[in-house]
Amino acid sequence: MSVDTVSLTGWGRTAPTAALRFRPRSYEEAAATVRGCGPRGSIARGLGRAHGDAAQNAGGSVLDMTALNRVRTIDAGTGTVVCDAGVSLHRLMEVLLPLGWFVPVTPTTRYVTVGGAIGADIHGHNQHVSGSFSRHVQELELLTAGGEIRTVRSGTSLFDATAGGLGLTGVILSATLRCHRVTSSWMSVDTERAVDLDDLLERLCAGDHRYRYSAAWIDLRARGRATGRSVLTRGEHVPRYALPARARRTPLAFRPGPLPTAPALVPEALLGGTPAALFNEVRYRGAPRYRIGELQRLAAFFHPLDGLPQWSRAHGRAGSVRYQFVVGHGREEALRRIVHRLSRRRCPSSNAVLKRFGTGDPGWLSFPVPGWTLALDLPAALPGLARFLDSLDEEVAAAGGRVCLAKDSRLRPELLAAMYPRLADFRSLRAELDPDGAFRSDLSRRLSL
Amino acid sequence: MKDAFGAPQSLLVLGGTSEIALATARRLIALRTRTVRLAGRPSPALDAAAAELRARGADVRTVDFDALDSASHETTLGKVFAEGDIDMVLLAFGIAGDQGRDEEEPLAAVRVAQTNYTGAVSAGLVCAGALQAQGHGSLVVLSSVAGERVRRADFIYGSSKAGLDAFAQGLGDALHGTGAHVMVVRPGVVRPEPRAEAGAVRVAGATQAAGVVQGAGAVRAAARFVSAPLEASPLTTTPDAVAEAIVTGLRRRSETVWVPGSLRAVMSALRHVPRPLFRRLPI
Ligand SMILES: Cc1cc2nc3c(=O)[nH]c(=O)nc-3n(C[C@H](O)[C@H](O)[C@H](O)COP(=O)(O)OP(=O)(O)OC[C@H]3O[C@@H](n4cnc5c(N)ncnc54)[C@H](O)[C@@H]3O)c2cc1C
Ligand SMILES: NC(=O)c1ccc[n+]([C@@H]2O[C@H](COP(=O)([O-])OP(=O)(O)OC[C@H]3O[C@@H](n4cnc5c(N)ncnc54)[C@H](OP(=O)(O)O)[C@@H]3O)[C@@H](O)[C@H]2O)c1
Repeated sequence: MSVDTVSLTGWGRTAPTAALRFRPRSYEEAAATVRGCGPRGSIARGLGRAHGDAAQNAGGSVLDMTALNRVRTIDAGTGTVVCDAGVSLHRLMEVLLPLGWFVPVTPTTRYVTVGGAIGADIHGHNQHVSGSFSRHVQELELLTAGGEIRTVRSGTSLFDATAGGLGLTGVILSATLRCHRVTSSWMSVDTERAVDLDDLLERLCAGDHRYRYSAAWIDLRARGRATGRSVLTRGEHVPRYALPARARRTPLAFRPGPLPTAPALVPEALLGGTPAALFNEVRYRGAPRYRIGELQRLAAFFHPLDGLPQWSRAHGRAGSVRYQFVVGHGREEALRRIVHRLSRRRCPSSNAVLKRFGTGDPGWLSFPVPGWTLALDLPAALPGLARFLDSLDEEVAAAGGRVCLAKDSRLRPELLAAMYPRLADFRSLRAELDPDGAFRSDLSRRLSL
Repeated sequence: MKDAFGAPQSLLVLGGTSEIALATARRLIALRTRTVRLAGRPSPALDAAAAELRARGADVRTVDFDALDSASHETTLGKVFAEGDIDMVLLAFGIAGDQGRDEEEPLAAVRVAQTNYTGAVSAGLVCAGALQAQGHGSLVVLSSVAGERVRRADFIYGSSKAGLDAFAQGLGDALHGTGAHVMVVRPGVVRPEPRAEAGAVRVAGATQAAGVVQGAGAVRAAARFVSAPLEASPLTTTPDAVAEAIVTGLRRRSETVWVPGSLRAVMSALRHVPRPLFRRLPI
């Protein structure tokens, strides 16, 4: 097992801290690392795609899980997969698609591990239909504080603490997933433009149930009557029979192109205010007012940014902050206020996404609850950003909403309990399961999880 | 832990009555700081400073600390770190000395050097070791523009700051990659705000009283340093401006911060002025 001292950050490249990084290749090595971790504890880390400090542990141990990357069994009949926690969703797509299966939930990057997907209980553009990742996990193997390995079944309280538990209940070693049946690797995509926020919300309410995948890019630079104008993109897997003849020859091929789509190529941080607004203008005007049935490859539809390695560097030395919150249905007023405040501030965020969430999942710290979620990236160097986001937190909390912890790097700890009502249960389960704090992260210290 | 903007949750101030340090602590408490430890020589001024910060909502305690007693630093500061992580250490102690008297009384000059340099070396190393062990944290060192190019008018103070500055830079390089970070702050002449808040005035007054008791000349000398020829220059600044620059520096993870920022350009020119000419400059 390799060991080195490294300075780590999340994808946002803020708040670096140093830790001893272990790279276990077997359960035994992982268990030995957890047993041998000092007073500063240990934390699992996947591909480091969490935006904030969830997968770092200053002065302690970090278990880089990416060497535990075997896909153990695939039941091609039922779509049940057993794999190590360090397997990436990219890898799963490579092996599953030819067999006619797709991962149950994918974030907008394929480069996350199964362990990270459970630890952050990630959601995708199909959240309103399929819930978050852990809904599709039947059971998992968890390495707990004493170094023993437990099989944790869905529906137990340890499972609910672990799903979205940010690695703080233990190290997930493997998981049994149920996948989604597909007959091609193509997507049929419908695009429409919404002239303002209300228009968008209406369209989402009216049409979402007809699509498996749905999300909208929202132009946060637009002001006045155009505030909240958006491009809504919704898609379905295309059945094989509906493919054009050429595509039907290799219907399940998975060939993620190396180049991302044009809008993703322009990092907003490189743009000043006016060009950024202009760019958004072009992106909005360039989108079809209404188009149905456009064929797109999977990777282009789900992961437009994955072709650009290290694009997170575009925000410069100070890095970036990802802000994602959700407020419930009936709280549209709060959403409107926040969108208006963001546009009035002319926030340089060209990749803001608004989505309508459906039923949430039982994970105690799992993020999704039914309602409206907005996610955006902002350069951390933006003057006054810290206070501005604090004030958004207040609005979100007052509306009974919450911010997403897997992306967080800055929340005021005092607000946490209001946002996550199961926090007390989470804390007491940890106190019982892990009294000496074998599992800690920078995030758990910052927020006193 | 620090957040994405570099705002610490816990702060240790060495030189707990320093005006610059207190201005910084106030700003940080308004952001994320909840725990403050004020290390300094016990005095009513230190207690008053703690009370003022406490009123702003932080958990504040004072710690007995004398920069001149290097042998005790390991124990005193070690105890603070043993209680919990410190996200930021602000090394703010320092004395200006009295150039005239110090030239006549070598032992007084040595006291300036020992406080500003030797004391900072031992305290700095102890803190650096602790920050390295916890894998994160910033050591913010209040150096001075006076150490950048040492002047005839205050070379005793200036040379002590030059030593401190060089030490802090080297320490920053030594800590690179360990998660700990050193930020050297070089203020110009710092003067209290013209319309300081009531709290700040009280603390400043108390500092002066303590100073008079401990070494009559020091405060006068500081006053003289302050009213040195840079008087009307735009290169003077205020404790609050220094505090703001520190907060910005933390956000950017800067290694060097000049306050005001224009000093960077001024000093890079001044640094290259030939000695014969420099001696005659009215600065
Ligand atoms: C471009 C981009 C787009 C994204 N889009 C989405 C999105 O659409 N929806 C969404 O929900 N998220 C999204 N994310 C966030 C990302 O999906 C999650 O942060 C995910 O957890 C990252 O997985 P990872 O393997 O990189 O984990 P890391 O970032 O390394 O770790 C994340 C958390 O999981 C824990 N963890 C990792 N492995 C294990 C393990 N084996 N056992 C226990 N705990 C573990 C860590 O301790 C940490 O708390 C996006 C991120 C990026 C960079
Ligand atoms: N003011 C300026 O114009 C200026 C300009 C550039 C740089 N600086 C530097 O910035 C720092 C802070 O400046 P300031 O204006 O805030 O200073 P200040 O208000 O005069 O405070 C100086 C602090 O140092 C402490 N101190 C002195 N000797 C000590 C010792 N032996 N042990 C422990 N603490 C000791 C003092 O504590 P007591 O209360 O016990 O005396 C006081 O807390 C200093 O290092 C100074 O050199 C100042």
